[in-house]
Amino acid sequence: MNLNRTNIVLAAALLIVVISSLFIQTDHSRPNLQIYLGPEPLNAYAKFLKSTPLVLWGARFGLLAIFGLHLLLAVNLKRQNRRARPQNYVVNDPVETTLASRTMMSSGIVILAFVIYHLAHFTLGVTNPALHELVDSAGRHDVYSMVVLSFQNPYVSATYIFAMLLLGLHLSHAAASIWQTFGITSSRSRTWIHNLGWGIAAILTLGNISIPISILLGLVGLPEEVTAP
Amino acid sequence: MSNVQLDAKIPDGPLEKKWDRYQADMKLVSPKNKRKCRVIVVGTGLAGASAAASLAEQGYHVEAFTFHDSPRRAHSIAAQGGINAAKNYQNDGDSVWRLFHDTIKGGDFRSREANVYRLAQVSNHIIDQCVAQGVPFAREYGGQLANRSFGGAQVSRTFYCRGQTGQQLLLGAYSSLSRQIATGQVRQHTRMEMLDLVIVDGRARGIVTRNLVTGEIKSHAADAVVLATGGYSNVYYLSTNAKACNVTAAFRAYKRGAALANPCFTQIHPTCVPASGDHQSKLTLMSESLRNDGRIWVPKKQGDKRPAHEIPAAERDYYLERKYPSFGNLAPRDISSRSAKEVCDEGRGVGPTGRGVYLDFADAIDQFGQETIRQRYGNLFDMYSHITAEDPYTTPMRIYPAPHYTMGGLWVDYNLMSNVPGLFVIGEANFSDHGANRLGASALMQGLADGYFILPYTLGDYLARTQRDQLTPDGAEFKQTETETKAHIQRFQTGSGKRTATSFHRELGELMIEACGMSRSAEGLQGALERIPQLREEFYQDIVPPGKEDNVNSALEHVGRLADFFEFAEVMCHDALTRDESCGAHFRAEHQTEQGEAKRNDQDYCNVSAWEHTGVDSPPQLHIEPLKLETVKLAVRNYK
Amino acid sequence: MHLTLHVWRQNGPDQSGQMVTYPARNLSPDMSVLEMLDHVNEQLIADGDEPIAFDHDCREGICGSCSMVVNGLPHGPQKASTTCQIFLRNFRDGDDIYIEPFRATAFPIMKDLMVDRSALDRIIQAGGYVSANTGGAPDGNALPIPQHTAEAAMDAAACIGCGACVAACKNASAMLFTAAKVSQLATLPQGEAERGERARRMIAQMDQEMFGGCTNQGACSAVCPKEIGLEWIAKLNREHIRSKLPQAT
Repeated sequence: MNLNRTNIVLAAALLIVVISSLFIQTDHSRPNLQIYLGPEPLNAYAKFLKSTPLVLWGARFGLLAIFGLHLLLAVNLKRQNRRARPQNYVVNDPVETTLASRTMMSSGIVILAFVIYHLAHFTLGVTNPALHELVDSAGRHDVYSMVVLSFQNPYVSATYIFAMLLLGLHLSHAAASIWQTFGITSSRSRTWIHNLGWGIAAILTLGNISIPISILLGLVGLPEEVTAP
Repeated sequence: MSNVQLDAKIPDGPLEKKWDRYQADMKLVSPKNKRKCRVIVVGTGLAGASAAASLAEQGYHVEAFTFHDSPRRAHSIAAQGGINAAKNYQNDGDSVWRLFHDTIKGGDFRSREANVYRLAQVSNHIIDQCVAQGVPFAREYGGQLANRSFGGAQVSRTFYCRGQTGQQLLLGAYSSLSRQIATGQVRQHTRMEMLDLVIVDGRARGIVTRNLVTGEIKSHAADAVVLATGGYSNVYYLSTNAKACNVTAAFRAYKRGAALANPCFTQIHPTCVPASGDHQSKLTLMSESLRNDGRIWVPKKQGDKRPAHEIPAAERDYYLERKYPSFGNLAPRDISSRSAKEVCDEGRGVGPTGRGVYLDFADAIDQFGQETIRQRYGNLFDMYSHITAEDPYTTPMRIYPAPHYTMGGLWVDYNLMSNVPGLFVIGEANFSDHGANRLGASALMQGLADGYFILPYTLGDYLARTQRDQLTPDGAEFKQTETETKAHIQRFQTGSGKRTATSFHRELGELMIEACGMSRSAEGLQGALERIPQLREEFYQDIVPPGKEDNVNSALEHVGRLADFFEFAEVMCHDALTRDESCGAHFRAEHQTEQGEAKRNDQDYCNVSAWEHTGVDSPPQLHIEPLKLETVKLAVRNYK
Repeated sequence: MHLTLHVWRQNGPDQSGQMVTYPARNLSPDMSVLEMLDHVNEQLIADGDEPIAFDHDCREGICGSCSMVVNGLPHGPQKASTTCQIFLRNFRDGDDIYIEPFRATAFPIMKDLMVDRSALDRIIQAGGYVSANTGGAPDGNALPIPQHTAEAAMDAAACIGCGACVAACKNASAMLFTAAKVSQLATLPQGEAERGERARRMIAQMDQEMFGGCTNQGACSAVCPKEIGLEWIAKLNREHIRSKLPQAT
């Protein structure tokens, strides 16, 4: 794909996708954080999703489309930018650029790999099929126990924590720079809008990594009736 | 029998009406025919860019040449202070007449009344034009244009954009030029240096250029040629001019018959950062406003190497305050520059090279506090400490004069046309408006006046009166000039010398600043006139062959320009020697009052000296254009 | 002091180049980086070698000619400076200094450190002007412009067109350069009539010249000798969006 349109439009489109991703991420956080409320709300929510396939598949396709568009645009921008600057300097000085802004492509690729693993792990149940078959006392798919048991494995937790930190890094640039792209910042508001972006990224990341950490520390445990398979 | 006829072609009538009458009487080229007219403009600084843009707007086809990579790099960009106009926005009594009078008087009565009056008249249009282009002039809170008083003027008539007025005015002209380039009305030739003028049937009909990237020598034909190629301060090697500034285009025109007028009128700016050593490649100007609060001094004792703070007040010589009690440190540029040179010649100069004087703010800081001084001069102090790594709040600044602007240039008549028909010269490259000394903030005014408001009319009049044809650059005259240009370059390639152009240039510069700089004498000038041809001969003998011609080659460019500086320096010294009086920036040690002031000789020298080329090894021939001052009364400057 | 220079040498646009090492001896800490290159060139010329080609002119930080990357930084290791205003006292005796040309597809190398920046001129030609023919302009005070507006326009207008922003940008984006000009004229009332069209055309030209896209990293502003701020890029984006709206001029 080659978008022969202005790079700004390209970047803007890219960032529209980022907004959507942010939104999805936020929405995703709600059920995630239900983990702290015990098995009931989370499992009920899962049951609700399963029972309304239109919502579920709508959301799944929507997510996939946005994610795909994001990928395409990012790769396209990267290609154009590499063409604009094919040769690097012998000595490089990153000046005031952030680590996050310089590593968007690499962090993005790792996050992509993580998303595939994440889907295989929880959604498709490919990596740990046994966990996927747990059922709670109400006969529902026991999502809560699946999550707790998964994160009790330090390797799985470490993978998630690492991926979430990278996602946080990725988002820190995205959430801070999107305002600039849409021309919302001015010389006076730039700093606080920038900080707001950082704040959003930080809260999301902390929320996400708190789950495996809480489970590893034993702050969140299995309901009594479930035992590890 | 000489070919040079100096007719200034000043229109009849009272001074105030001359330009109006001229415009009423001038001939016009019809729009249909304008498209067929081709004009070459060499140089894209304030004068060149504004002329090229305005001519193109009128419908002429313009070929614009610059040796830079972009028109925006021309050295007009470095002008800091501002641009004068007789708007009288401040209601302080300014008028066209007053600006005219100040300019004539500032030039020590060595410029043409009619030209200067016209300059003052169009000055107001320049401001309007620049505002319309989006030049961000400084404004008052109420939104009106701000003015400041500049260079000792008694009225506030200087418009400015922070300390970057030249930059903003040039970018304005450049934007208008860019618009015409986009329409195809102007064809731009970047990285092209003009190396000769082509004359066909007695008229300037084209130029020969060298492409600085490919080395290609090429001819270009037109109905008229406009030179806007700036000044020649770099004849002194160290000056505030940019490195590439040179006299070549003007000098090659001179060698083709154009007269050079008043070449010895050069302005030396008193407040520059002194050279720090032999490696110094150019000098940096600091605003003269520093002299409002700084006190200038040197040690009383020769060779006093103590740091400034160890020299007690009794052993300091505040020489400007001593010699000129009423003006003190604000004495005019030429007096201030000359006095600095004198104390350094006496061995009392300060700094590593001994060519510097202190500009001390200690008393001002005591009186007003450091904060006030910081508010007034903060960015200048920063600039100084950036360059010298010294803190002017605690250690006195060191300053020294530097060549800055050249009032002399190719002779032009009221039409801004040289004595060669079809060769027009505008901006600093001509001699017209500043006489023997230029007022602050008047260079930008003159460049833009010539380019926007004068040349587009006078050139049209010339074209309307001249038979036009679609000349192509392949006639015998073009081929001949190309051959000569190539031969000139070849001349440097055959030797086996060991010295570089820079080392020769530095030597020429030292010689010129000594003999034909702030102070001149018959003895010194005669010595220089003996030495320069010898040095030129050494140059041709000992110069390292500059090598490749078909590629970017800075050595080759420098050698070519320096060769012209060598010959030009001789004309300058002839002029300085012949003008046996002191006036404006031209100070002949033999002609001073008892107080050491310049002493004019209006009886014999109220005139323009125009020099005609007669051959490299024969002295140039002098032609005189008498200056008839009909409106202004000759007066003697007194700064005591 | 003595330094070791590693300088990019390349004979012409279509040729390959490489870093060449030159000892630079007996330097003064008061020399500028360009004077150091002069010093090396003097030796090269005297030896009959080709001098290092580099653009330079005013040597007082305003013409925008000098264009080299010194130790990984466009212009060199000092904030708000052009190369001509960076002095050797910024380095230590015995240092290695790496000097490379500005690198961007839109800035093809002509020779050594000299690059072709005419793409920036073409962006201006696409619309970086107010269409005001000479003559007939109204009185300069006919249109009052508030002081803060004039000052803001001047902040943007301070750009010297050196291209350091492009050189510093990982994407070789010319957003900061384009933003400065678009914003200067969009801030002033004189620029109003052509405001939308100007933004559209200058941005289209910028893309056509093969500059990269902006990813808001901020290297451009960090190396800008005139410290043109990133807020002007936001302004350019605003102007761009505005120009897409119906009825935008």
